[in-house]
Amino acid sequence: MPLIEIADVRHVVGQAGARRVVLDELDVRLDEQRIGVVGANGSGKSTFARLLNGLVLPTAGRVVVGGFDTRSHGRDVRRRVGFCFTDPDAQIVMPTVAEDVAFGLQRRGRDRAEIDATVRRALTDVGLDHLADSPAHSLSGGEKQLLALCSVLVTEPDLLVLDEPTTLLDLRNAARIAEVVAGLRQQVVLVTHQLDLLDAYDRVLVFDQGRLVADDTPAAAVAAYRALMA
Amino acid sequence: MSDLALYLPGRSVVHRTAPGVKLALLAVLGVALVWLREPWQIALAAALVAVGYAASGLGPGVVVRQLRVLVWFLLALGLYQLWASGWERAAVVVGSIVVLVLAAGLVTLTTRTTDLTATLTRACRPLRRLGVDPDRVGLLVALGIRAVPQVVTIATEVRDAQRARGVVFAPRAYVVAVVVRSLRTAELLGDALVARGLDD
Ligand SMILES: Nc1ncnc2c1ncn2[C@@H]1O[C@H](COP(=O)(O)OP(=O)(O)O)[C@@H](O)[C@H]1O
Ligand SMILES: [Mg+2]
Repeated sequence: MPLIEIADVRHVVGQAGARRVVLDELDVRLDEQRIGVVGANGSGKSTFARLLNGLVLPTAGRVVVGGFDTRSHGRDVRRRVGFCFTDPDAQIVMPTVAEDVAFGLQRRGRDRAEIDATVRRALTDVGLDHLADSPAHSLSGGEKQLLALCSVLVTEPDLLVLDEPTTLLDLRNAARIAEVVAGLRQQVVLVTHQLDLLDAYDRVLVFDQGRLVADDTPAAAVAAYRALMA
Repeated sequence: MSDLALYLPGRSVVHRTAPGVKLALLAVLGVALVWLREPWQIALAAALVAVGYAASGLGPGVVVRQLRVLVWFLLALGLYQLWASGWERAAVVVGSIVVLVLAAGLVTLTTRTTDLTATLTRACRPLRRLGVDPDRVGLLVALGIRAVPQVVTIATEVRDAQRARGVVFAPRAYVVAVVVRSLRTAELLGDALVARGLDD
């Protein structure tokens, strides 16, 4: 597992006069295979998730993933860290299903025949092969999120960060995403409000108002989160 | 309405024609339309495009769907031209736009976006010396094609939201809401592109 090292991170947003501390006094090392993240809306979960692939660079402190500092080696980090967003529509960048899956591969300079075969296999793995030539926008919400996940997985990241991937989905589609994620050999950081998904996780972090307030087993962390929300 | 101008798989002669040839013909047609002045010339161009559609096997429904989006715009333009310059000018102006939109649609409907962008990328290679990145041009075209149905969806949702709240006509609020949501989507899309290795 790549080691995630977050050292004395503080993140502040906004201009002078309207500054806001989004994350503070964050100092953790994560090397478990399954890591859950929970917290109220606005508690800093997405900011935390975005730190892990360098989409957000901390105002202070360092984030190092698999030995690469996100500030100085953003590309190396992003090659190893896949990211799945909440809104599937906003992360599908190509007009058709197969083209979207191929996007990340083309940018890594593979040849056409190899890309086509890899795309086929990846789509079959998530059960979307019958939609390969469909326009991406014609998919249902659940299919779109499966596509987004597929497009990220096809580049074989070592770490997959998912920011509330099931929040916009119905129960059945959420279950399909959860099933795909559960079967991954990769290290996973999952931000979610669906607490039952975290039952078998190795470690769960609880955020509140930009601070890490609990860091424990799923049962203990979820109990702490519930107490916080009561 | 949202399946405008997106690749529909097929095996017709038009589908199998090289993307470069289709793009070149489209460019020639675009330039020619600027010079055409007579209604019969436009009719001829329209007939050519009609032959293309017939050969593509796409069916008349596709043509209707593409024009439906533009119908109010074309009507307004046609009426204005009719009033300002007479029926011949109105027929030429509206006809040219219809022919060009349908011809461009025929190309995107029968060509995979990846093939289209690859061809454009190749065609743009000489521009590298002028500081143009051909890969970026191809990517921009693909993103543009992807964005069309997204903006249509946003526009429909905003209209529905306004209607649900009893608003009948509020053009300014409508435009602001559509622009704000489109910008928000574009911002998220930018993040996704970076996350997926755009800067590699
Ligand atoms: N770039 C930004 N500009 C302004 N405010 C931000 C920015 N990023 C995060 N925030 C604010 O920081 C807080 C935490 O955001 P976020 O990490 O998205 O929380 P969560 O994902 O837990 O809902 C929110 O109040 C949010 O509005
Ligand atoms: Mg969030």
